[in-house]
Amino acid sequence: MSSLNTADRLTTGVKQHENIVGWLMAAPALVLLTVFLIIPFLMAFIFSFTNQRLISPNPTQFVGTRNFTDLLTLRVFSIDPILDENGELVLDDAGNPTYPRLREFTRNNPDYPELDGLQELTSWSSGNQRVFLLSSDVVFIRALINTIIFVLVIVPCQGGLALVLALLINQKLRGINLFRTIFFMPVVVSMVVVALLWRFIYDGDNGLLNTLLGFFTFGALQPVDWLGDPYTAFPALMVMSIWQAVGFHMVIWLAGLQNIPESLYEAAGLDGANTWQKFRFVTWPGLRSTMIFVLVIITMQAFGLFTQVDVMTRGGPLDATQSIMYQAVQRGYQAQDISGGSAISVIFFFLVLFVSMIQRYLTREKSA
Amino acid sequence: MSAQPVRPPHHNWYVLGNYALLIILAFVFVFPIVFMVVSSLKPDLQLLRDTSSLNAFLPIGDISLNNYTAAFERAPIGTFIFNSVVVTTVTVVVGLVINSMAAYSFAVLRWRGKNTILSIVIATFIIPFEAIAIPLLLIVNSLPWIGADGIQIGWLNSLHVQIIPFLVSAFQIFLFYQFFRDLPTELVEAARIDGASLFQIYYRVIVPISGPVFATAAILRFLDMWNQYLWPLMVVQSERYRPVMVGLQYFFQLDIAWGEVMAYLSLVTIPVLILYLSLQRAFISSIATTGIKG
Repeated sequence: MSSLNTADRLTTGVKQHENIVGWLMAAPALVLLTVFLIIPFLMAFIFSFTNQRLISPNPTQFVGTRNFTDLLTLRVFSIDPILDENGELVLDDAGNPTYPRLREFTRNNPDYPELDGLQELTSWSSGNQRVFLLSSDVVFIRALINTIIFVLVIVPCQGGLALVLALLINQKLRGINLFRTIFFMPVVVSMVVVALLWRFIYDGDNGLLNTLLGFFTFGALQPVDWLGDPYTAFPALMVMSIWQAVGFHMVIWLAGLQNIPESLYEAAGLDGANTWQKFRFVTWPGLRSTMIFVLVIITMQAFGLFTQVDVMTRGGPLDATQSIMYQAVQRGYQAQDISGGSAISVIFFFLVLFVSMIQRYLTREKSA
Repeated sequence: MSAQPVRPPHHNWYVLGNYALLIILAFVFVFPIVFMVVSSLKPDLQLLRDTSSLNAFLPIGDISLNNYTAAFERAPIGTFIFNSVVVTTVTVVVGLVINSMAAYSFAVLRWRGKNTILSIVIATFIIPFEAIAIPLLLIVNSLPWIGADGIQIGWLNSLHVQIIPFLVSAFQIFLFYQFFRDLPTELVEAARIDGASLFQIYYRVIVPISGPVFATAAILRFLDMWNQYLWPLMVVQSERYRPVMVGLQYFFQLDIAWGEVMAYLSLVTIPVLILYLSLQRAFISSIATTGIKG
């Protein structure tokens, strides 16, 4: 390398210098991120393959994938109807076939070791047989399904509603900024505060929602215990979540709308486009990058569903509002089952990773 | 706002319909907050009775600040607010420096391994805090700290345990990175030719023109930190270091005094609302200008 001329050596020196400064300026963030995020995450990963508890008389051991099979095992199992000595079906009073009790198979039955400890998730009839979907952890599966439903509902509803609000706010009307300010207001209120307030709104006896519904329907509507009823609790939680966060996404849509050049609307107008066509062919394509941003942010927030559940319902009634993160905290912290909670965190991570990869694929730049 | 599309002149009924819709929506967004503030002024019995009628939204009947006095007697609210202010301010200010510096390094400087590290940083964005809370608890419990009484092990029951783990935010680095990356490269090149050091380029060239992204990052972090709930619940048992959201526990003893709860909720919310209302233009426009770079 003795043949390097002065200029080359200078460039190398500058590059070396930039290399060092680059590392130094990123270093504080990287160190903190490693200690307080990456290492804890790796620890969760390792814990998920052990039987670690917060306080335990037994030493921690590796247990392989047991935590995961304990959470995720699903089995389909059919039970044949009970027959009498002649091989005829034994019918109950309503004329339906009768079956042996499920727990005769799932509780210490030496003939069915693979079913031991499993619980019924759901069941249906198929011919004369009764088919059961069994799970090793009914509550977790419920939390998993709920979280996915939550994301599937929240992403289009919150994103769509936010766009509608943005379109309303984007009109040239006197005092429109006041409405923009108001729609954004819940965003700055803590979710803990919001959730406590909405407990009053959803109360079954004299909650505000029942009062308002009664007022506007002149008493035609019977009071509903919104959070106490397994059918309404989760939708109620969703509505409140949208209420709290929709203003934030409205603002992002609004920025996207105001970025679309006016000339495009004028040109579309000259071509005789109506309002819907202008939206479909000018507004919507112009909002592409905004749409991706909103989609990604809402998805992340929705998957992390926790505070609302913790403050409002604690997963109930009848596990109707369980969520993955609530279960992770319940088990890892409240029940001090660190390995079980960690396994949930790991499953969660791969689920979100999977979904964000799908989103990235679906929203990739398509070459024309 | 000149970029707004020009619309044909509206019919009166169209404008009227629009306003009707906007007003209904405004009511939907504001009624729980009005209910909170109004209820904080009422005695418990009236508060609960009023929820069964529209009186819930009206400051009528036996109105007083008694709930606030009682709330201050029940819990050391001043301490809670002080703790939250300290935790929030330090995290926001120090975090902005650390994260923007890292993002500058990623977006502008050239160094070995930066692309790999950047993608790891961005990937960590999908790990929610709840997923790592327990291992994090074990970590902070075994870290040393040099305090007034010399070196001690464990960060539990302190303000720094609520600050240091939250200084870095992958989301914030990502926001800054996007903003810096899209700045015109001529700015940086010109400064380089003028002989500015790499660090000078950061704080003399980049920082002064990045107001909106700093504002957005500060606002979002402020909201996150002021509203901290699960983490302080886990790591702070001592009253001295409790933040506002955990202080709520004092009001959920056996016999819940709802008037005091409402007073406390108002106390921790109204300052944030006032801050928002006084800065709302900057608040909204900065989030808007940062958000569209998706």
